[in-house]
Amino acid sequence: MATLEFVARRLVWAVFVILGIIIVNFILLRLAPGDPAAIMAGQAGATDEQYIAQLRAQFGLDRPLHVQLYTYIFDVARLDLGFSARQQVPVADLIFQRMPATLLLTGVAFLFSLGVGILLGALASRRAGGWADSFITVLALAAYATPIYWLGLMLILLFSVWLGWLPAYGMATIGGGAGGLAYSLDVARHLLMPALTLGLFYMAVYARLTRASMLEVQDQDFVKTAKAKGLPDWRITRAHVLRNAVLPVISYAGFQAGHLVGGAVLVETVFGWPGIGRLAFDALLQRDYNLLLGVFLFTAIMVIVFNIITDIVYTLVDPRIEVGR
Amino acid sequence: MIEFWTRFARNKGAVFGLVVLVGVIALAAFAHMLFPQSPWRMTGAPFQPPGAQPGHWLGTDTLGRDIAAGIAHGARVSILVGLVSTAVAVGIGVIAGAVAGYFGGLIDTAVMRFTEFFQTIPSVVLAIVLVAILQPSIESIIIAIAIVSWPPVARLVRGEFLTLRTREFVEAARVIGQSDTRIILTQILPNSLSPVIVTASLMVATAILLESAIAFLGLGDRNMMSWGYMIGAARTVIREAWWMSFFPGFAIFITVLAINLVGEGLNDALNPRLARQGRQ
Amino acid sequence: MTDRDARLLSIQDLTVALPAAAERAHAVENISFDLSHGEILCVVGESGSGKSVTAQAVMGLLPATLKPTSGKILFGDEDMLKLSESRLRRIRGERISMIFQEPMTALNPLMRVGDQISEMLQFHGMGSRRRRQARVLELLEAVQLPDPPAMMTAYPFQLSGGQRQRVMIAMALALDPAILIADEPTTALDVTTQAEVLGLIKALQAERAMGVMFITHDFGVVAEIADRVAVMQHGRTVEIGAAQEVLNHPKADYTQRLIAAVPGLTPPEALPFTEREPIFEARALEKIYRSSRGFFRGKREVVAAKDVSFVIRAGETLGLVGESGSGKTTVGRCVVRLVDSDSGELLFSGQDIAALKGNALLPMRRNVQMVFQDPYASLNPRRKVAKIIAEGPRAQGVPRREAMDRAFELLELVGLGRSAGERYPHEFSGGQRQRIGIARALALRPKLLVADEPVSALDVSVQAQVLDLLDELRRKLDLSMLFITHDLRVAAQVCDSIAVMRLGEIVEYGPTGKVFADPQHAYTRQLLDAIPGKGWRGPQQAA
Repeated sequence: MATLEFVARRLVWAVFVILGIIIVNFILLRLAPGDPAAIMAGQAGATDEQYIAQLRAQFGLDRPLHVQLYTYIFDVARLDLGFSARQQVPVADLIFQRMPATLLLTGVAFLFSLGVGILLGALASRRAGGWADSFITVLALAAYATPIYWLGLMLILLFSVWLGWLPAYGMATIGGGAGGLAYSLDVARHLLMPALTLGLFYMAVYARLTRASMLEVQDQDFVKTAKAKGLPDWRITRAHVLRNAVLPVISYAGFQAGHLVGGAVLVETVFGWPGIGRLAFDALLQRDYNLLLGVFLFTAIMVIVFNIITDIVYTLVDPRIEVGR
Repeated sequence: MIEFWTRFARNKGAVFGLVVLVGVIALAAFAHMLFPQSPWRMTGAPFQPPGAQPGHWLGTDTLGRDIAAGIAHGARVSILVGLVSTAVAVGIGVIAGAVAGYFGGLIDTAVMRFTEFFQTIPSVVLAIVLVAILQPSIESIIIAIAIVSWPPVARLVRGEFLTLRTREFVEAARVIGQSDTRIILTQILPNSLSPVIVTASLMVATAILLESAIAFLGLGDRNMMSWGYMIGAARTVIREAWWMSFFPGFAIFITVLAINLVGEGLNDALNPRLARQGRQ
Repeated sequence: MTDRDARLLSIQDLTVALPAAAERAHAVENISFDLSHGEILCVVGESGSGKSVTAQAVMGLLPATLKPTSGKILFGDEDMLKLSESRLRRIRGERISMIFQEPMTALNPLMRVGDQISEMLQFHGMGSRRRRQARVLELLEAVQLPDPPAMMTAYPFQLSGGQRQRVMIAMALALDPAILIADEPTTALDVTTQAEVLGLIKALQAERAMGVMFITHDFGVVAEIADRVAVMQHGRTVEIGAAQEVLNHPKADYTQRLIAAVPGLTPPEALPFTEREPIFEARALEKIYRSSRGFFRGKREVVAAKDVSFVIRAGETLGLVGESGSGKTTVGRCVVRLVDSDSGELLFSGQDIAALKGNALLPMRRNVQMVFQDPYASLNPRRKVAKIIAEGPRAQGVPRREAMDRAFELLELVGLGRSAGERYPHEFSGGQRQRIGIARALALRPKLLVADEPVSALDVSVQAQVLDLLDELRRKLDLSMLFITHDLRVAAQVCDSIAVMRLGEIVEYGPTGKVFADPQHAYTRQLLDAIPGKGWRGPQQAA
């Protein structure tokens, strides 16, 4: 019951956030350089004032701002994000086309970073100064300091240019079959470097977080109780320490999901991964603001979905939800 | 102060970081003396690998511009953007966090909802969109980075204020009749400053990374050479010319690493108890 | 009882070294004592006496920084200090088990209570799930928890502190151990809950003929349950003997001082305050805390003060006593205007101060001051002591020089000396810090002092000194006091009159002597009955 209520509360909050983002989006659209009507007219090859005024009326650009905002919110609710100025395709279509690639990339990177990060952190906490501890310390320092796009380039240099092991570009070999195991393997080979690039930084973050969290939990009273019960070490670590230590990591990871999507813009650009990040880069190059803000809106919504999923996972693990928040 | 330095110096990495950082700052300060010519000028043949031509010991880029000169001048943008945007973000964050944490109640809820909203929006994407909309320039980059960086500071300061507000010495200050402003300035702020300093030092590093990413995507200030721009421009020729993207990237790496190491040293020196716990 | 053949556990010449940086070389040094079948041995001492380290050493659970350097801990014919980790694991829980001070944190928050007990049975070889379940139920019943089947599936956060401590006891008894080590198991509990848990431990001990090593700082608790007592100071045992002997005829100098510092339960002669003018009066004070629980449910309300009325006359000390959650602290905070009351009047010399705001509060602040509970949290760590004391007068507009002069005078008055003013708070001990806190409150020359549990964080000997200081000051300065405490012994010693609070209401109010001798309300009687060692009158009376 408390769990349901908690989730419901998060959903209500999510609706407000999305509404807020739509408003921000609207403001940014109005701040964007150039008169949208003039741009549209320019694309149609016309420049006369009368035609521009007509366009303005047609798209409601002459009405008061709050009315415009109101219509904009309803447009967005119907997934109408307007047209891409350059590609003359609805923005929503473009985004949905590219969604799966981005979901695949960020999803794999997220699971990889969380899984390996927690594992490494747990290992490191077993013995301070041991190999795992030193390894994650060095790894974290390096990962914190490496620009993610540069890491991608250096991996390309090493594994594609010099060693020739992995493809540097795209999501699948051009002209390869569509479907079947061979195709999946091909995509996996293409996915390896981008996912690693995107996930490495967060893996280091989660590893350090897990380690710190484990060390903290190890000092808590209930672990003393478990020792006094005469439980074996592995049982104490698994049933008592790890479960409690992982909770803050999960909630932090959900919180960080937004940054993962942001990082995807850079990684997709480097690896030519055909997702919405790459779409954003193209929009930037072409100063296609409608498309750019559509991508912005969508990444923000993705983050909220990510957050809600982690919230639900959290409630499944932690019985105290009602008291906790 | 002496105690502070001995604790700082005990961390070898921090000392190394400080040395590197001083080097980078010197490079930025004396760039115009080391490389008097504009880094945008073509001074040699294009596509020269490191050492192939005298005077271009890090090679030249696709247009024959000197890589070393670019790195020296690029240090200026990195340091400038890192420091200024962090200062702005810390300013916003401290004020928002202090107000929320000290007064609590509805003000707290409102400020924190606003902060959480900002944290939900993917920061890299928002920064890029802001720079694109405001038109690329050093100012718009600083503003964009500041806007996406303040929320963690606000949360941190709020948390500190919330705990300190109920500490008995702060309540005692209220009971003896000190004013709110005085309590914030003399009782709470001095006791919450050290984590803010540590966070701020790490934020400089993040800001430098973010600036380089913005420039990498082609949204840098066209009048100022930037490390991120150099990598972005060399990205398509990575197969032929590794040095064009390697050296600027390495410059970012070593600078950010140095700042992070200094940040850890500050943490050891300012929060001795916490630091020791962390290591045990 | 102390028959050598009956001994269960024998600690012989145990020494445990502290890390090199510590202020003394050993946590415990050459301590020796035995624990016999069917006896409760209380190990009593102040903080830093090494009593907890002793317990941890017996369990083989010393922190990595502490190393036993010599001696033996014989359990049967095995030396606990020499056993392998796997053998120790068998003994822990099965032969020797332990309960801890903090019931709120001693259970895993993510695991059901039943599973936490069952887990212990499982890892000590009780294979069948059904048998484990049955045993858990039996145990929960044995510790008198309500509705055992529901308790099994509850999470710790759903239980009160007393219930959690019962769960801990159930767990500790699960395998019928020969020895139970209890490390301050009732210190974190309210006095009535403490009485119940002590009774439970005593009953279960008698029923099972266990040896119990009971660690405590409280001589009242010792008087309540001990068969024998070992008194520790600075890592050494200063006295061991039968409980009646040690309590009533202490031999060691230190034991005598400790016992003398325990406040007696006989209130002092009442002074004729009724003739003096009232200085402070609370009339129908009310405060309710409301917290939002989200969109779907109503607000949660906690009544902290309801129709609270009392009068403090010039020179009088009124004690506000009650258990946690009784609202006594909230009332104190309303009086000093740290918390805004919902309704009612707070009259200081006839003027209602309950609604004053902003600068209008300043004159009232001069007259009503507060001493806080936690000496470690009540002083700003980044300011020098003299400055901390001078802050009050400064805020009231006293010139800097004069405020500083007054600060140094006050440091002398509270027995710290002028030189203390130039140092930072962390250079002082808990008792000394509490003196600084008192000096800060007095710097404004208040007429009324609100003292919120001013000695509850202090060791008993330091507590006695601070109470003496407060008594001396109030006579010298003709102070009135509102003294908030959970400790009825302290209240009996300090207060002229007493108001007993429960769930936000004053249930009994009168002169201290009268309340102690002839309590009218059932709750007051319950509280007085629950005072540990209430039958013990100390060596003076016994002699």
